[in-house]
Amino acid sequence: MTELDAPAGATTRRGTARRARRGVGAGLRDFPTFRAVSYLVFAFLYLPLVFVVAYSFNSNRVVSVWRGFTFSWYAEVLGNDDIQRALINSLRIAFIATIVSVILATGLAIGLLTMARAGRTFAWTLIGAPLIIPEIVFAIGTLALFVQSRVPLGVNAITLAHIAFCIPFALLPIRARLRGVDPAVYEAAADLGANEWTIFRRITMPLLAPGIVAGALLAFIISLDDFIVSYFLAGPGGTTLPVYIFGMIRNAITPGVNALSTLMLVASILIVSLSYLLTRKRR
Amino acid sequence: MGASGTALETSDSATSDSATSDPRAPESRTPASARRQRQAGQGSWWNGLPGLVYLVALVLLPLFIILVYSFLSRAKLGVGVKWQFTLTPYTELLYSESLSGGRSFDPTYLQIIANSFWYALITSVVCLVLAIPIAMWLATRPPERRTALVFAVTIPFWTSLLIRTYSFIIILNDNGPINGALRGIGLIDEPISMLYTPFATVVGLVYTFLPFMILPIYASAERFDFRLAEAAYDLGAGKWTVLRRVVLPSVRPGVIAGLVLVFIPALGSYLAPELLGGGKSSMIANVIAAQFGASRNWPFGAALSVLLLVITLLVLIIFAIVAKRASRAAGRGGWEALL
Repeated sequence: MTELDAPAGATTRRGTARRARRGVGAGLRDFPTFRAVSYLVFAFLYLPLVFVVAYSFNSNRVVSVWRGFTFSWYAEVLGNDDIQRALINSLRIAFIATIVSVILATGLAIGLLTMARAGRTFAWTLIGAPLIIPEIVFAIGTLALFVQSRVPLGVNAITLAHIAFCIPFALLPIRARLRGVDPAVYEAAADLGANEWTIFRRITMPLLAPGIVAGALLAFIISLDDFIVSYFLAGPGGTTLPVYIFGMIRNAITPGVNALSTLMLVASILIVSLSYLLTRKRR
Repeated sequence: MGASGTALETSDSATSDSATSDPRAPESRTPASARRQRQAGQGSWWNGLPGLVYLVALVLLPLFIILVYSFLSRAKLGVGVKWQFTLTPYTELLYSESLSGGRSFDPTYLQIIANSFWYALITSVVCLVLAIPIAMWLATRPPERRTALVFAVTIPFWTSLLIRTYSFIIILNDNGPINGALRGIGLIDEPISMLYTPFATVVGLVYTFLPFMILPIYASAERFDFRLAEAAYDLGAGKWTVLRRVVLPSVRPGVIAGLVLVFIPALGSYLAPELLGGGKSSMIANVIAAQFGASRNWPFGAALSVLLLVITLLVLIIFAIVAKRASRAAGRGGWEALL
């Protein structure tokens, strides 16, 4: 295995050994420079995040000029009342949006199985729409809807909008689980005298549980990280963490932005990894 | 966010055509007919009803309101609209009205639309050039490491778009690490201004959407039968000939899917031009946002949104015609690989 990790400049002898181990002609699968480009792309994908994290420990007020190591920005950020309020808003929105979107998505996943073809096409178009509509259009459309129907802007308005675009993210892992279920288990349960509700409670739900948890985790980060929709629906009292960060970036960038961003990055990466472990284990 | 909805849809119907063709979906081994039949305990279509009603209310209805607003007049105070039919929001795209009431041709917005297309196009091409090598490289890793590596490609997508975009303010600014490194090795004396230029916008866009290009191409490359490449070598082809004549044609569906998944959301991007472009490289989304913010012209913002939606749909239709199979690959390699 370790030979496979050999960098592009590995000696020829090791390269030959590697090729031999992977079978005749396996080395032909590698194209020159592709490995190097891949390493560069990985660096490109991760270095920006690494810089944000690294500069969050910078004691210099000027964000990108390194002076020394400090934790003080974290203390400053965590002790800030406005940031605490924004965090509470963000968490409240994400929790409610997650719960509601997961319930709706579970219903959709089950409903899609027995929907007629036309209904299914319509349903998929609706479910996929929040993913394909430019987010700015979704944001101002929802803003117009709420202003028109006199729904006050703020935390609740943001929650209502987040539920809509959390549905597709919650749905896909649930649906993947549901499609893996052998219909014979339902028949068996029915033959043994279970009614619809018992089958749902004792068979369907336990089988779907990992998918539901994975979907919930994804919906949670999508809501937590959303900026554009929250920004337009925030009103005076609905500032979420990303909206607050945007304000910091706009007004005066201090390493505090990096500290706050680092905390959010860590949260996102932990949550998505958890979701990944839940769904990949069984495949 | 922003990617292919039709991809989701077609991937669903695709499983019924070819139940076992996708090696990564063992669940589809159940015959489609068995799954679709109404069975005890399997629930019924009305379980999906609350979700559908919700999406109609909060996705379809907002779009409808935007369409209606785009034909209404500007409100006096700027917030909301005046309920009076007019085509002004659409004529404003091409003409500006002077204070005396006269109309003159004004290419400002056409220029911004053209810019948006141009940036989205460059972004797609750069993503494509970077994605093909890494997708091929990923597809040729041993299976157990492949999954982890593909996951590593998707992780940045799940982090906050705002923070990802912001990170380039740190990197590209005059005192940032790039200028620092270039000065350090004595290549430059004065910092190169990279931030607040169209270049910064495109870098931000490429960074945002690169995973959407890598994943569908990888999904195609993963299914590529490398014995075909070996046959080509046996027949005397060189590496690049094999790549160009054998490998690339077989990953074409993935490439087309990737182009859709990158071009469309890039076209409607807001954050990269807003934070990195510094007003010099506004895209359609920034103008829309401005109409609902400082400019206070909701009908015009709505008209621009309708235009953006129409362009999005047209691009989708064009790509769908170019390759029917592409959207299926997008479903498998794009959103489904991500989730």
